[in-house]
Amino acid sequence: MITIKNISKSYDKTEAIKNISLEINRGELFGLIGPDGAGKTTLMRILMTLLLPDSGKAKMDEFDVVKDFKEIRHIVGYMPGRFSLYQDLSVEENLNFFATVFGTTVEENYDLIRDIYYQIEPFKKRRAGKLSGGMKQKLALSCALIHKPKILVLDEPTTGVDAVSRKEFWEMLKKLQKKDITILVSTPYMDEAILCDQVALMQNGRILDVDSPSRITEKFPRKIIQARSENMFQLINDLRNFEKAEAVYAFGQFVHFTGIEDDVETTELDNYLEKLNHKNILVEEINPGIEDVFMNLMEK
Amino acid sequence: MEKIITVKNLVKKFGSFTANDNLTFDVFKGEIFGFLGANGAGKTTTIRILCGLSSPTSGELKVAGFDIYKETEKIKQNIGYMSQKFSLYEDLTVSENIQLYAGIYGISVKKRKEKEAELLKKLDLENAKNKLIGGLPLGWKQKLAFSIAIFHEPKIVFLDEPTGGVDPVTRRKFWDLIYEAANNGITVFVTTHYMDEAEYCDRVSIMDAGKIEALDTPAKLKEIYNAKNIDEVFLKIAR
Repeated sequence: MITIKNISKSYDKTEAIKNISLEINRGELFGLIGPDGAGKTTLMRILMTLLLPDSGKAKMDEFDVVKDFKEIRHIVGYMPGRFSLYQDLSVEENLNFFATVFGTTVEENYDLIRDIYYQIEPFKKRRAGKLSGGMKQKLALSCALIHKPKILVLDEPTTGVDAVSRKEFWEMLKKLQKKDITILVSTPYMDEAILCDQVALMQNGRILDVDSPSRITEKFPRKIIQARSENMFQLINDLRNFEKAEAVYAFGQFVHFTGIEDDVETTELDNYLEKLNHKNILVEEINPGIEDVFMNLMEK
Repeated sequence: MEKIITVKNLVKKFGSFTANDNLTFDVFKGEIFGFLGANGAGKTTTIRILCGLSSPTSGELKVAGFDIYKETEKIKQNIGYMSQKFSLYEDLTVSENIQLYAGIYGISVKKRKEKEAELLKKLDLENAKNKLIGGLPLGWKQKLAFSIAIFHEPKIVFLDEPTGGVDPVTRRKFWDLIYEAANNGITVFVTTHYMDEAEYCDRVSIMDAGKIEALDTPAKLKEIYNAKNIDEVFLKIAR
């Protein structure tokens, strides 16, 4: 459904994306995972025909992003990172506006947005600028869907959103996917990667890896050891001072430890921490998560 | 344990809307206190009150030993504040930003110069000293913003979603700074949407609809709510 071949884009001397190639299949929920500055927005804007690439080719459902921009705009729905609806129009007026622009009506495609829109319908006379963050997000999604797009592109829809609203948002995406909409979504939250069918891990304009989230962690060759003790600060410092330590990072209530050449046994670490008087020590080998993989790939 | 913040029956109303509905809690000296809640739960209102920027409708509050109604200026001298949205002046250099904040807090030129050199060395920013903040990577800005927020050695530092948008390594390096500050006796009051960061806190409070629904150590909260991580606890409370 989306084909990206060797796309590059620079702003003056800054290379925003470097030679990126990706294939996204019809009906897939595809995630671009990476921090600010990874190039996620630039890539999306090129696909949305809002920005010209310096080199490379990309197609959206067989349409070329440079030549066929008019056709593409009819088949895509886009929710940019910054709220970009008309603040001084009401909820209802915004929705009608976008439906009209695309030559359709709210009634015609109401089915698609019902689950999302009904939550903000009680406030339909309110100006968009006066809505709460969560309601703005639902309105923006409704407006991006009102012309029944084949491809939906969402730029960091969950950034700065609390854990509950994030969960609800992903549930909405899963439902939309079942209605035969291909979804490309970007996020800086690594824990959201597992909710996608396929993900591209991005950093500094490059793709570190593309695969299903489970494959990405399964094929990761390194040995990750997690440790815990009563004093976190001391634990991190002591583990970093361990002679065979390569990487030591806090992971929630644990510390994740990678040894040089993976040549560290859990018993070794356990003894080391015991000697340093740590209390309630737990040391065990674990399966890596997406964030472990990302951190390892980005440090190369 | 010594209390550094005491809040008793805090109520804050905006017209008929109750943003903070009878909050009572203490924060201890040197702890990392996680202040969680859904968007709109009332966290920012509480933080603004604790920083002396907004007055409660009712309640008894002390911050760093000072009364929230009568001694707001003293409170401001004894706290630091940093958020993702407001931190440093983009069109000033690294060094100028330090000078500005040091000046505002009345730090002597001699002391500022000493501390500035120490700080730049620690953050590995010596070569960026005369660069504009606007051109620095986000991760550097965040570390610098935090270091400047504690430059005047406050008793408490408030961090309002300090780590958004950075890569996972940078995010953890930022937490190294938080641990270090707490280890040096600075109390850290932090809000975040990253639930793994909630696990790094000594104690966590979770707000919902203007009330504190839970407050305990991460381990205890997981036990009480029979959850495997704070994310699950949060979902159980705020959903």
